[in-house]
Formats: sequence, C-alpha cells, structure tokens
Amino acid sequence: MQKYLARRFVLAFITLLSVSLIIFIMSRVSGDPRHIYLDDYSTQEDWDRMGEVLGLDKPYYQQYGLFLKGAFRGDFGESVREARPVTEVVIERAPATLLLGGVAFVFSILIGVPLGILSAVKRGSWMDTLGKLVALIGQSAPPFWLGIMMIFLFAVKLGWVPPYGKQDWNSIILPAITLGWYYAAANLRLVRSAMLDVLDSEYIKLARAKGVSSRTVILKHAFRNALIPPLTFAGVTIGALVTGSLVVETVFAWPGLGRLAIEALFAFDYPLLQGVVITFTLLYVSAAFIVDVLYAYVDPRIRYA
Amino acid sequence: MRRLPLIPIFLLSLVVIAGIFAPWIAPHDPEKGELRDRHIPPAWSGGETAIKTVVESLSINDRGSSVTLKDALEIDSTAQIGDQMEVYVTPAGSTKFLLGTDHLGRDVLSRVIYGARISLIISIVTLGVGGSIGIVMGLVAGWYGGFVDEFLMRLVDVKLAIPLILIALVLVITLGQSLWIIVTVLCLFIWPRFARQVRGEVLQLKHMDYVSLAKVSGASTARILFIHIFPGTINTLIVVATLQVGIVILLESTLSFLGAGVPPPTPAWGSMVSEGRDKLAGGVWWTTTFPGLAIMITVVSLNLFGDWLRDTLDPRLRQLE
Amino acid sequence: MATSTRIQTDVVLKVEDLRTYFRTRWGTVKAVDGISFDLRKGETLGIVGESGCGKSVTMLSLMRLIPIPPGRIVSGKIILDGEDIVQVSEKEMSKIRGSKIALIIQDPMTSLNPVFSIGDQVEEAIRIHQDIPKRQVMSRALDVLRKVNIPAAESRVKDYPHQMSGGMRQRVVGAIGISCEPQVLIADEPTTSLDVTIQAQYLKLLKDIQKDSDLSIIFITHDFGIVAKMCDRVAVMYAGRIVEHGSVRDIFNNPSHPYTEALLASVPKMDQVVERLFSIEGQPPPLHDLPVGCAFADRCPVVMDKCRMEYPTQATVSDGHTASCWRVGE
Ligand SMILES: Nc1ncnc2c1ncn2[C@@H]1O[C@H](COP(=O)(O)OP(=O)(O)OP(=O)(O)O)[C@@H](O)[C@H]1O
Ligand SMILES: [Mg+2]
Repeated sequence: MQKYLARRFVLAFITLLSVSLIIFIMSRVSGDPRHIYLDDYSTQEDWDRMGEVLGLDKPYYQQYGLFLKGAFRGDFGESVREARPVTEVVIERAPATLLLGGVAFVFSILIGVPLGILSAVKRGSWMDTLGKLVALIGQSAPPFWLGIMMIFLFAVKLGWVPPYGKQDWNSIILPAITLGWYYAAANLRLVRSAMLDVLDSEYIKLARAKGVSSRTVILKHAFRNALIPPLTFAGVTIGALVTGSLVVETVFAWPGLGRLAIEALFAFDYPLLQGVVITFTLLYVSAAFIVDVLYAYVDPRIRYA
Repeated sequence: MRRLPLIPIFLLSLVVIAGIFAPWIAPHDPEKGELRDRHIPPAWSGGETAIKTVVESLSINDRGSSVTLKDALEIDSTAQIGDQMEVYVTPAGSTKFLLGTDHLGRDVLSRVIYGARISLIISIVTLGVGGSIGIVMGLVAGWYGGFVDEFLMRLVDVKLAIPLILIALVLVITLGQSLWIIVTVLCLFIWPRFARQVRGEVLQLKHMDYVSLAKVSGASTARILFIHIFPGTINTLIVVATLQVGIVILLESTLSFLGAGVPPPTPAWGSMVSEGRDKLAGGVWWTTTFPGLAIMITVVSLNLFGDWLRDTLDPRLRQLE
Repeated sequence: MATSTRIQTDVVLKVEDLRTYFRTRWGTVKAVDGISFDLRKGETLGIVGESGCGKSVTMLSLMRLIPIPPGRIVSGKIILDGEDIVQVSEKEMSKIRGSKIALIIQDPMTSLNPVFSIGDQVEEAIRIHQDIPKRQVMSRALDVLRKVNIPAAESRVKDYPHQMSGGMRQRVVGAIGISCEPQVLIADEPTTSLDVTIQAQYLKLLKDIQKDSDLSIIFITHDFGIVAKMCDRVAVMYAGRIVEHGSVRDIFNNPSHPYTEALLASVPKMDQVVERLFSIEGQPPPLHDLPVGCAFADRCPVVMDKCRMEYPTQATVSDGHTASCWRVGE
C-alpha cells in the first residue's frame, strides 16, 4: 500500500514538473514578457531593470529555476490586466469552479452509476434503452451547444432558471448538467459493461449458491466490483471536468477559473494565464491522487499488493 | 453478429457527400449574404407579429413583451415610452432559404453544407497525421519496451494532466488562426489514443511464432514492425479511428466555438453556433440549432457505426471507451 | 416390502425427467434433455461426460441458478427432502440454497469475491441461514475453516482471496459449501485447476467430511481416476442425457454403452490422475439441433439403422445398471 501510494505520488510530481516545463517553454516562445508589462513610453533603462527583476538576463535553465522557485511559493507574478498578484486573482475565482466541478461530478455519478447498474441488471428493458439514449447524447452532443439549447429552453422560453451568471442557488443547475452529462454518459457505459462482466462471474454464482438474495448480490457483491473501472476513470473525469469548465463557464458566464483563463487569454495576460494553467494541473493531479487512494480502498488487491 | 446500422451509415454518407460536393449542392454562397435578408426563419415558419410595450431599455424579463425606444423609433417616429405598438417579431420563412439566414443574411443551409466540408478535411488530415504519429510511437514503445515505453506512458499522463484546450488556445492566439495550427493542435489530442492501443497490441503480437520466425530469419526491425506486426493491429485501429473522428469533430467545434478555430468567414459548425448564440434570446433559434444538430447527428452516427464495427471486427474491444 | 421403504427414505434427492433449455439466436439449446437419477444418503454420485454435454447446466438447474432468460427449466421434478424445488418461489429457494443443497464451483481462482475478506464470505453464508449472534457466527466460521484444514484459520480470516493459493481458496469455497451442513453437496469439477498433490489432498478432505456428516455428494468430473477413487455410482452424460448409469464397478467392468466404452478406452492406462483426456473421433451434435435418433450414432462404431430412427429406450443391464442403447440385451 505505502509503496503503491509512494509510486503514485512520485508520478504525480513528475507530471507536475513536466507541465511546468511545458508552460515555461510556451511562455518564452510566446515572446519577451516585458512587452506585456511595458508600453511604448518606457525607456531602455526601464526595460533593462525589468529584465533584471524578472531574471531575463540569466541563462534559460536559471530562469526556469526561478520560475519553479516562485511557483513553489505560490508566486506567479502580477496579473497585467488586474495589476495585482496572480495568486490573489486565482484564489478569488477558484471556489466558483470547484463548486461547479463538484456538483457536476456528483451529478455524473448520481446519474451514471445507478442507470448503468439498472441497464446491466435489466438488460434489454426500457431502462437499458433509456440508458443508451442518455449515453449517446452525452457522448455526441457538443457541450457548448447542449448548454445553449438548455438556456434557450429552460431560461428564455420557460423562465425556470436564470440564463447565466452565478446568482441564486438554481443558477448552477444548467451549467452543472451541461458539464456533467458527458461524464454521466461515460460512467454509465463503464458501469454497465463492468456490471455485465461481474454478473457473469463465478463469485456471483457462488454468492447466489450460498443463498444470498438476488438484490443483496447486486447491491453488495456486484456493486463494489463494478465500481472499480469507473473509479479508475474518475481521475480522467476530474481532469476533463477542468477542461470542460472552460467551455461551460464561457457559455453560462460563470465567474470561475475557466472563464478567467479565457479572459486572460484574450487580454494577453500571460502571467495570469500561467497561474490558471498551473492551478488546473494541480487540481487534476491532486484529484487523481485522491482517486488512487480511494481505488486502493475499494480494491484490496491493490491495498495489499 | 449485429445488424448493419443502416441509418447511421446513411447519415454519414450524407455528410460525406455534402462535404465533397458542397459547391454543387449548396443553394447559396456560404460566405456572402444581403443584410436585408438577415434573420429570416426556416421555410416552414410563418411570420409573427405581437403587441409590445415601448420601454427605455430591455432587461432579461422584458424580452418578448417589450421593445426599446430606439427600435420603436425606427418603425414609427412618433413612438413614446409606454406606448403599445404592433411589432414584427419574426418575418415569414421563404423557400429561398430552407433553414433560414444568419445575422449577416447568409443562408444557414449552405453554411451547414460547407461546414461538413471543413469537418471532413480536418478529420482526414488530423487522423492521417495524428494517427500515424501515434501508430509509430506505439510500435516503437511496444517493441522496445523499457525506457522508451516508460517515457511514452509518462507523456500520456502529462497529456491528461494539462488542460490541452488552453494550450491549444494559447498556440492559436500567439501563432495566428489557421487550418494548419488547428490540425497540429488536434493531433496533440489524438495521438496518445492510437499509441496506447498499438502498444498494447504489439506487446501481445511480439511473442507470436511468426514474429519470432521473422526475427530469426534476419528481417530488419522496421520490416518486422511494419510488415509483420502492423497488419495485425489494423482491425482495432479502424475501430479506434472511427470513434476518434467523432472526438476530433467535437474538439474542432469546441475550438471554433471558443473563437480559436478555422478563421471566419469560413463556415465551421462550432463557430456558427457561437455566432448565433447572442441572438437566441431574441428568438432566433435556427442559426444555432442547425449547425449544432449537424455536429450531433454526425457524431452520433460515428459512434453507432464505430460500435458496430467494434462488435464485428474485434469483440475484445468491448471495454473500450 | 420392508427393504423398498428403506430405500425410499434413504433417497435425499430425486430428479425426474429434468429438461433445461436455452433460447438462443440459433434455436433452442437443449442443454439438459430428460435426466432422471436418485441420490442416496451418504453416497457419492459421479457425473462424467465430454465438455459441453450439460453437466454444469444440470447442477445449476438443481440449484435453480439457471440464468433466466435465456434459460428455463421446461419440465421435470427435483425432489429434495420431500419437496419439489422446481415449484418453490424464488424466496423459498434462496433459503434452501446453501442450507439444504450447496455448490462448489468449477474454478477456485475466480469463485471468491475479490473485494471481501474470506472471513466475511464464510460468515455471510452462515448468517443468511442461521439467526445467531455475531460472535457465534464468527466462531462457526472458524470451525468450518478448521474443518477444511486451513492452517492458522484465526489469522487467515482477515485475508483476501488474492492473498491465498489456489488450493487454499478452493478449501475456503468448500468451507462455504459445508458451512450450513447441507444434505447435498454438488462439486462441479472442483479440482481441475489444482495440481495433482493438492487435488489428492482436497479429495481426501471431501471424503473425510462426507464420512463425518453423512453428506451426499454429486461429483462432476472429466476424470475417471477421480471417479474410481471418490464415487459409489456413476452417470455418463452425452448431449444432455444420461446414457449409462450404474455402480462404479459395473461401469468399469462392464461398460454397456458404446460411448462409455469409448470414454474408458481413451483413458491412458496408467492409473494416475490425468486431466482432459477424452479424444473420441468426431464431435457431439450441436445441442440446438439434435438428431431424432441416438445422438451418438454418427460417432458410434457399432451403429445400426434403427439408431438413427428412434432414441433408444433405457435397458436394464443388471440390477441398478442401465444403458440407453439398442445393442443392450440383443
Ligand atoms: N447461458 C447460456 N446460454 C446459452 N447456452 C448455454 C448457456 N449456458 C450453457 N449453455 C449451453 O449448454 C450446454 C452445456 O453446457 P455445460 O456448461 O453444462 O457443459 P459442461 O458439461 O459443464 O461442460 P464442461 O465440462 O466444459 O464444464 C453448452 O452447449 C452450452 O452452449
Ligand atoms: Mg461445466
């Protein structure tokens, strides 16, 4: 168990380092950062001083070291657009994204897992057909379009919920469904196929032979085993929820990190953008780590490996 | 064996034909329109008038029951705040524009047809380039194993951890919008899927007798990989590719939607949805609905067709997402 | 008269004309097509036959564990302890499973649930059928684990299946089987995936348990070596039916159905335990497309015209020894 977790931890760390390197390279490729901070009225002296402050006079590997050092202390420089530390802006916006991502994640589990189980247990029934439909739409409809269509129907036409922004409690419904649907579909498919395999297995037969009722067999013996594949997938889900938040927050004008990233991008506010990308990666890596721990908890074969 | 999925095949053929023969099929120029034709609804909808109150400015709740003074003055120069007046909500549709027109008076149907062409080109190029890169990486990683393999798997990890869409956006914004940049970015997305699949297959195939035989008889590594191993992975690759096209189309439309896709005025489905969405609240639903439907129908068909291919060619792949 | 009543009461399980069919896209698969046999108290009945002849389906039918759909018990009676369990409700049946009739399945490697400890899995079997306090359940579980010779049972109850060897796992499965002292234990090839010494130990264990508790066992196997060691009587199955039935001595010394003869002839003559040994020319007919006459006709060295026209009636070879072949008694 410890060995397993240690390995996961090291891998997560390597991933984080690689991402930071990619971001660093991209920030240098996209041009001299002084162009963003200084305008045409700055003197050569300003230019040089800024270079010294930012460490641009040093060789690239030292610059990367400085960048890493700053990143470790949570220092990503100043946002150009907002003229205050990037970290401050990111921390301000993060809760909205965490809330949206969390609700979407729960939604994807609450829809995907039970529907997947029912589809497998009642294979070929109307439940299974419904499940297939939900999965097919989730997999095939572009989320931004789904969001827009839902705004049109539920906000504009029916007026049940606000069309955008983060005001009342009910303003999260549409964005969360839009964001969660794809993963609900993915979970549904995974749980269904895992459940079909599990229900076919010898240990389910043995449990039935012991006299366990078919209900208990499904809820106790099959469920936990069928949870393993979707749990492996949860890491990917959480990572992609982050990406999805870019689109969904743009569609619904949700004041989170996704929209912040797009705003920073179109304002050429690279320090801010860097900060957001790193935050996203950090969120993904920590979520994936938590999933690995949970995974070990559900599957004793990993816990005692 | 499952029944041939006729409906998806039919729909996919429609998309492909529309893409290839767009200039001959499309009734209008997709990039030009007359402003006086703007926002004409689809042919089957009749025009609609309504009595509305004139107000100073619109809030969300007013939409539908009020018009602004500015708009009202254009119709009747004596209008005042608080007046009731009859307003054209929507003009009647005409058979000239079967699916209506957008905010610049361009024919939505023609744009959707040309959009198929863009999606087709992007899918083919991305699949060709990204797929080849992935296949070669997978062959190499599976064959040599060890460090090469470990490195590849880490790359796949990193790909999962990075918000690639953001990186893509940065690339497109700093390097400029062009078809080639978009294809490059999309290749970044899809190669790992191919690499993982091929790697897995190579790991199995490399211990087969005929491979050992080829090795003993002195065939070069490249020859073994491409002549002996690669053909064994083709069935699986066809399935992966089919399902991957759907993902490419979704990604491309997402990039276009976020404003980093094929540059305007070229009609891409994603950017059409994005352009039309401000007008949705005013009741102009057709400019967003049809391109979105086009994406969804194409991807649904691809998924159904891919599922069928998988069950037919390679039942082992049932677990594949 | 007196003897016949004694035999009547001695029978714990009576199967009459059992038929289990599967509806598939190729047609109706007649996996079990009219099987009858008795099982007496304390005896072991062996069931042998080629792969796919319907042995496992017969046993699953006895447990009422046929997947519905596609399967269904279409007719017949299974009288256990005076009650026809084909007719009882699913709820009643789950009380009978594990307590009166238990099953040890083919594959020890996959028949334990990977996410529960073995203690949990044995205790569950006890808890379902006996309303006793938790402490007692635990001590009963330890008892049965000791009974199947699990060393250091106290410490191993917390182990998970993947931490045990195949032989140990199969013992745990055995422990689950006997945990509620059933009258009938069905062992479906419990030893095929174990190596020879472990197999021998396991078979001895089953014998010992049987002696202690007067358990009746139905033993399914491919292996005539095991039949000779374990069984009192044998039923030979072919294409969903029992073609010959008799005491072990009758079957070995006087095989009367050409199929049984062929099976015995194909056993290598070292009297060691050997796996997967049948190699008779040809294939059995598909179970969804059985011929009108004898299903073995196409492979039979002594086939007659009559064999292809009509299924042979059951003929008595000697007392307690029957065979379904037109040649018998000629
Ligand atoms: N769920 C099912 N659906 C359709 N047919 C089935 C099903 N289960 C079993 N069968 C059919 O029933 C027949 C008998 O199978 P069974 O498992 O009883 O064979 P067996 O004698 O136990 O073979 P083995 O020695 O290999 O275990 C097979 O031909 C199989 O195709
Ligand atoms: Mg069997």
